[in-house]
Amino acid sequence: MAHENDMDLKATELRLGLPGTSDRDILKSNNKRSSNEMHNSCSTAPKAQVVGWPPVRSYRKNVLQQQQKSSDSDMLGMYVKVSMDGAPYLRKIDIKVYKNYPDLLMAVENLFKCSMGVYTEREGYTNGSEYAPTYEDKDGDWMLVGDVPWDMFVTSCKRLRIMKGSEAKGLGRP
Amino acid sequence: MVYSFPEEVLEYVFAFLSSDKDRNAVSLVCKSWYEIERWCRRRVFIGNCYAVSPQIMIRRFPEVRAVKIKGKPHFADFNLVPERWGAYVYPWISAMARSYPWLEEIKLKRMVVTDESLELISKSFKNFKVLSLSSCEGFTTDGLSSIAANCRNLRELDLRESEVEDLSGHWLSHFPDNFTSLVSLNMSCLGSEVSFSALERLISRCPNLKTLWLNRAVPVEKLASLLRRAPQLVEFGTGACSTEIRTDIFSNLVEAFSGCKHLKSLSGFWDVVPAYLPAMYSVCSRITKLNLSYATVQSPDLVELISQCSNLKCLWVLDYIEDAGLKALSSYCKDLQELRVFPSDPYSAEPNVSLTEQGLVTVSAGCPKLQSVLYFCRQMSNAALIAIARNRPNLIRFRLCIIEPQAPDYLTLEPLDTGFGAIVEHCKELRRLSLSGLLTDRVFEYIGTHAKKLEMLSLAFAGDSDLGLHHVLSGCESLRKLEIRDCPFGDRALLANAAKLETMRSLWMSSCSVSYGACKLLGQKMPNLNVEVIDERGPPDSRPESISVEKLYVYRTVAGPRADKPDFVWTMDEDGALRFS
Repeated sequence: MAHENDMDLKATELRLGLPGTSDRDILKSNNKRSSNEMHNSCSTAPKAQVVGWPPVRSYRKNVLQQQQKSSDSDMLGMYVKVSMDGAPYLRKIDIKVYKNYPDLLMAVENLFKCSMGVYTEREGYTNGSEYAPTYEDKDGDWMLVGDVPWDMFVTSCKRLRIMKGSEAKGLGRP
Repeated sequence: MVYSFPEEVLEYVFAFLSSDKDRNAVSLVCKSWYEIERWCRRRVFIGNCYAVSPQIMIRRFPEVRAVKIKGKPHFADFNLVPERWGAYVYPWISAMARSYPWLEEIKLKRMVVTDESLELISKSFKNFKVLSLSSCEGFTTDGLSSIAANCRNLRELDLRESEVEDLSGHWLSHFPDNFTSLVSLNMSCLGSEVSFSALERLISRCPNLKTLWLNRAVPVEKLASLLRRAPQLVEFGTGACSTEIRTDIFSNLVEAFSGCKHLKSLSGFWDVVPAYLPAMYSVCSRITKLNLSYATVQSPDLVELISQCSNLKCLWVLDYIEDAGLKALSSYCKDLQELRVFPSDPYSAEPNVSLTEQGLVTVSAGCPKLQSVLYFCRQMSNAALIAIARNRPNLIRFRLCIIEPQAPDYLTLEPLDTGFGAIVEHCKELRRLSLSGLLTDRVFEYIGTHAKKLEMLSLAFAGDSDLGLHHVLSGCESLRKLEIRDCPFGDRALLANAAKLETMRSLWMSSCSVSYGACKLLGQKMPNLNVEVIDERGPPDSRPESISVEKLYVYRTVAGPRADKPDFVWTMDEDGALRFS
């Protein structure tokens, strides 16, 4: 900004006179930033750093940020409710934290002090399983945990239900 | 002739005058009319809280019932006014508490309101009816508790877009059980959940409730119950509508909405699942105002809803509507008067939606009553602006924000001077204009020449020299508010048009080229202006006079320099010396 103020003294003489005189030429020639300069100075500044531009009010900005964040977190699954048949209350876990099915199932087994046995595609959960882990997917259907790839599970799981063994029989593949 | 009318007759006649302009004119006729009028003025509007003092207002108008006061300059909305700048309402409340015991209405915009102020309001005015806090800040839900508990005749509580420190939702439960006078409640800015049963009971016992804007915390499955208790509602704002769709929720909602035969305005819709929108179809044909600007819904779903709103007058929407949606709007909504299109992703360099200048052109062609536009987009052309101007010479407000600063006409790469020039030339009733894109001094020449009814002008990253500012200040006869940021305007135009500033409410200039020396000179020459330099780098005296100030706010006043300035604001004074607060 400093270079703009290197004018000769006459040019900086301040007067309150009406325009339409030779002042007009002085008005035009002083303080003139070439449009190139303006372009450069503005285009090199990263957009995010221009305060208050674009002119979106803080309230709206906050709402937009929240909306973007929540749509991101929808993709990642985040916290889902976990219920177990017979338990007095539900729990919530962040399935984003786990990397695969064994991690998740171990965590759930610890949470509810139950055992779910071993998963096979053919039989579902067998071999010492009192309970079977199921989940509600985006379509509202109840599915057996473990059938689909882990990443697909994480994005489609809405809630978990640990079903009692007797009820769960029907969920194994025939 | 005048002397033969008894005062009571004149007072009776003056009571029919509602506009301030008319009352001001009447006051100038003669001393006795001045006296009679000032005793019967009931409503006062103060456009700038620092232009006049509470004492002056009270001295002149002793019997006021309704006050509306505005504080911070408009650019405060975009964080350009530093924290602690001012606009404190407490001195006003405290003065009015002593002198206006019968005050009924307080409406504030962009002011700092404390819990102390709210408590004082709630205890000082026995017949208090209307509290409207628009874009205010500084208070908590405790302040709202005082209002709820003590204002027995409250009709309106409107907190639109205020920043409230939300300590708890308990404030709503402070309305006493025998409180039944509520007509309007806007709590949309609050975060906390209020007690739902308290809300239900409140709504049930207030038969005159016409306006209810809920906050996000009220989930969609609870709406039906509220609507059933208030089928007389005219304006309704939902909470978040993000609960996964279930048949029972949906059918309850359909039934509840169909019972609302008087609904004219809908808003809210945060995070709305599109499958809920059809629940409102039964009311669409009566809807005149629709605020979907928080609804992240895609164009086809928006079009489905909008196509049923044949009486729509006002639409606020996100740019998800896209050009295709705007085309549908222009064919279904022939009564449209106001359109605001907000950006869904303002900070990304690339467009995320297919919304261009074409959408606006189409609406301008198809909606003959369109008079007010706010439009965010990423490309614009002179051709489009000229088309809009020719289509809609009846435009009154035109605010265009091209997201990239100094973006040229994307077709010709020229500045957008001729486009905006066409707007001011054709739209002779234009009162408000916001410019964006690449603009030279030429556009200001057009504005100064044609925009004779223009009252408010907002500029950013525009112009080449002082000539631009000079055109505006010397040509725009009706100009009241001018706000400028990042433009190469400096001392000469400002000083050459100093007298003009006394005819305006205010001038804001930030990141421009106005020197400290010029500010001092302006302050010296114009005793009826407060010339405030805002500079967070420390006292301007510590730098050479030729250095540009960070921000300048100039406004006319009869109250002298203000006494509540923070340490980064200096008033330029008649003495030419710095005046600290």
